[in-house]
Amino acid sequence: MSFVIAGRTFRSRLVVGTGKYPTHPIMQAAHEASGTDMVTVAVRRVDLAAKGEASLLHWIDRSKIFLLPNTAGCYTADDAVRTARLGQEAGLSNWVKLEVLGDEKTLFPDNEALLVATRILVKEGFIVLPYTNDDPIVCRKLEDAGAAAVMPLGAPIGSGLGIQNPNNISIIKEQAGVPVIVDAGVGTASDAAIAMELGVDGVLMNTAIACATDPVKMAAAMRHAVEGGRLAFEAGRIAKKRYASASSPVDGLITASGRG
Amino acid sequence: MPIRIQLNGDPRDVSSPLDIQALLTELGLDSRMVAVERNRVVVKRTVYANTPVTDGDEIEIVAFVGGG
Repeated sequence: MSFVIAGRTFRSRLVVGTGKYPTHPIMQAAHEASGTDMVTVAVRRVDLAAKGEASLLHWIDRSKIFLLPNTAGCYTADDAVRTARLGQEAGLSNWVKLEVLGDEKTLFPDNEALLVATRILVKEGFIVLPYTNDDPIVCRKLEDAGAAAVMPLGAPIGSGLGIQNPNNISIIKEQAGVPVIVDAGVGTASDAAIAMELGVDGVLMNTAIACATDPVKMAAAMRHAVEGGRLAFEAGRIAKKRYASASSPVDGLITASGRG
Repeated sequence: MPIRIQLNGDPRDVSSPLDIQALLTELGLDSRMVAVERNRVVVKRTVYANTPVTDGDEIEIVAFVGGG
């Protein structure tokens, strides 16, 4: 089930967020149930008024789970690059989930700025995993710019709408020379399975788990869905047909009137 | 001597001489849990004690929070 990004092997194809959980212990239990070994984290100003608050990092076992800092909430290439550099220093790794947003309502990426930021950070030695549209051309440009993986959205962040354009996702996977991770849009287990059945390398989600009624149970569901979807992809599904094809033999039927 | 800096976007008076390490200590922050930017340039953890904070500096102190 493992896969490789930029030479690093991950046991799980499910990447999970750390935001919006009801509590830190629930987050920790959900991460455990998901089987993930990579979680995303955001970089924000320290609240200087709130002293003694337990750090998020106390709830993440970094011996088992790799931290992927993001640049969520950045609307310019410059802000995203600054945030990535701070995330590098805070996390002591050069990996970044690169987000440059273009619109507050849809949280769709600004692909032009995303490309600019990708080029800058790749030049600085970052392993860049950009969050992008389900656009095969943009994904190709990001790969050409040196992205270590491409992460097209399935649907808007936090929407839970599922994979809106499976055809594009499968075209992106077909043409990509780097891993493809569907990032955002998953609402429930079947959405994750559908993404994996398209052949992508992994799925990244936050809200679908964190905001489920039972996040820990949903995390387990997502684990199974991602594994199931991957196995189905590897197994090779049957072709779709318009009419039935009997599963039981037609010969040896006891009915005299059988099929002539 | 008191100096004024911009700390996480807000003005703040601090006494100098001061370095990043001393500033973090004064704020009660664990230097292993944060990252610091001084005038838009990241300050490496290893040089906190050698990096002075001077009048008018824009200091950003960030940490990891939950996110997707």
